[in-house]
Amino acid sequence: MSFASVPDRAGLAKCPTGVLGFDQITEGGLPQGRPTLICGGAGCGKSLFAATFLVNGAILYDEPGVFVSFEETEDDIAKNVASLGFDLPALVAAGKLALDHVRVERGEIEEAGDYDLEGLFLRLGHAIQTIGAKRVVLDTIETLFGGFTNMAVLRGELRRLFRWLKDQGVTAIVTGEHGERMLTRHGLEEYVSDCVVVLEHRVVAQVATRRLRVLKYRGSVHGTNEYPFLIDEHGMSVLPVTSLRLDHEVSVERVTAGIPGLDGMLGGLGFFRGSSVLVSGTSGSGKSTLAAHLVHSACGRGERCAYFAFEESPGQIVRNMRSVGIDLQPWRDAGTLRFVAARPTLWGLESHLARMYDIIERFRPSIVVVDPIYTLAAVGTSSEVHSMLLRFVDLLKSRGVTGLFVSLESGNIDVELASISSLMDTWIQLRLLEENGVRNRSLFVLKSRGMAHSNAVRPFTLGPGGIQLGEEHAMAEGS
Amino acid sequence: MDAQPVKEVWELRLYVAGQTPKSLAAIANLKAFCESDGDHLYTIEVIDLMANPGLAKRDDIVAIPTLVRNLPEPIRRIIGDLSKRDKILIGLDIAPRQ
Repeated sequence: MSFASVPDRAGLAKCPTGVLGFDQITEGGLPQGRPTLICGGAGCGKSLFAATFLVNGAILYDEPGVFVSFEETEDDIAKNVASLGFDLPALVAAGKLALDHVRVERGEIEEAGDYDLEGLFLRLGHAIQTIGAKRVVLDTIETLFGGFTNMAVLRGELRRLFRWLKDQGVTAIVTGEHGERMLTRHGLEEYVSDCVVVLEHRVVAQVATRRLRVLKYRGSVHGTNEYPFLIDEHGMSVLPVTSLRLDHEVSVERVTAGIPGLDGMLGGLGFFRGSSVLVSGTSGSGKSTLAAHLVHSACGRGERCAYFAFEESPGQIVRNMRSVGIDLQPWRDAGTLRFVAARPTLWGLESHLARMYDIIERFRPSIVVVDPIYTLAAVGTSSEVHSMLLRFVDLLKSRGVTGLFVSLESGNIDVELASISSLMDTWIQLRLLEENGVRNRSLFVLKSRGMAHSNAVRPFTLGPGGIQLGEEHAMAEGS
Repeated sequence: MDAQPVKEVWELRLYVAGQTPKSLAAIANLKAFCESDGDHLYTIEVIDLMANPGLAKRDDIVAIPTLVRNLPEPIRRIIGDLSKRDKILIGLDIAPRQ
């Protein structure tokens, strides 16, 4: 096939952006020493992407950068990215960054004869030389189209500019506003042919999700999917869900469930590290308590845990767990337990996934709890939720993170749970059974891959010591 | 007869980049224009950005050549080699804009 994917051409150097995930899907970053076009509609995050590229270059890779803004003033740019934790004035003072606001307003300029844009070249060249820049951002150079009337001159000068940027050996990002019939309003893609990235901010069912796509990357393999991405106080991150290969490193290490007796039901040693555990049960059956046990014991060993709470606030969870004798607050204070609470409808599924990815990459927990997963169905169809969980489980496994997923059981046979079950290595079911005028709790290991697990239905109580397993039901002997 | 009015001094700066044909043409055209205009007194400063690239940012120059009228205020800008006299008149606010 003529368009078969070609492995990375030897010698195609990449320039890391430091944007979490992006360097992964492009196998190293942007084409080094070449311009890349980043386009999208208003508010899609292209300026922030560009700024992140420069700031990371200056801080992480010792590559100073020049930010040329055609719309916003230096002060405005600094303010816009301050929310991402970037201190541009400090970088400017340290000589690692140069900002230049190029003001072009047609109404103020009379054209009297032949001209070129050598002034722009000189400015840029001077800035590059002054700080030894390796990276350049032009945001957005399309503004020039509104500033000059002679299109022939302008197009010729743009062509010359991109050639010149290559000669300078700088890696450049050129941003462009999304156009109607073309990729960008003024067809910038005509000049930048090495790499084109499209950003989108799409609203589906009243929920906004940011997406990124590498449209073109000459001479390099790259993921062609749409990837959700996130802009938050830590900057940008792209969720790379390229392949779902089943080639994770499998651990034989065990993680205790933190409940006396439960490990015994799980082949005597507890969960496998890096496995995924589903805890299902009816309302009030003790699912979150089981999760809290796991977190409590892991934090006690000095491991980090991330708790994604979609139903209750962290304060409420801590209070509730205190009532059964599990105090999670010290772990929060020590920073080993991090709660991430959000209403499911706050973002789309993709954004949730991106956020979870972001936290896992930055916080690097060894245990992750998602409590509960079914509420996510509120923002997606069951197949979307399934696909999201698949990707999330995949992510956890690739990082060797043990995941505990809490799910509500409502009907008799829950079809959705059955489909999720295939993603799970261990499934623990909690039950509330009415017997002789009392509701008794019991626990059952429905499945647990790779270990000889108990088939007993164990009664348990929820008391000051949390979950206390009772004796096995007599009926449970044998198989 | 009325007393001859005092001519206003107009302060102009011409930004060029090296000795390019466009730059040389702009300098020549500007001199010719100023000499032909008897209504104002002109001071002309030619700034070569090739020699002083830092000034391009300070004075916000993008196109070359650029003529800036610093005085009288407000500041006016004209770009090009100044081969079009009617445009210079408009740009300097001597003739009204259509």
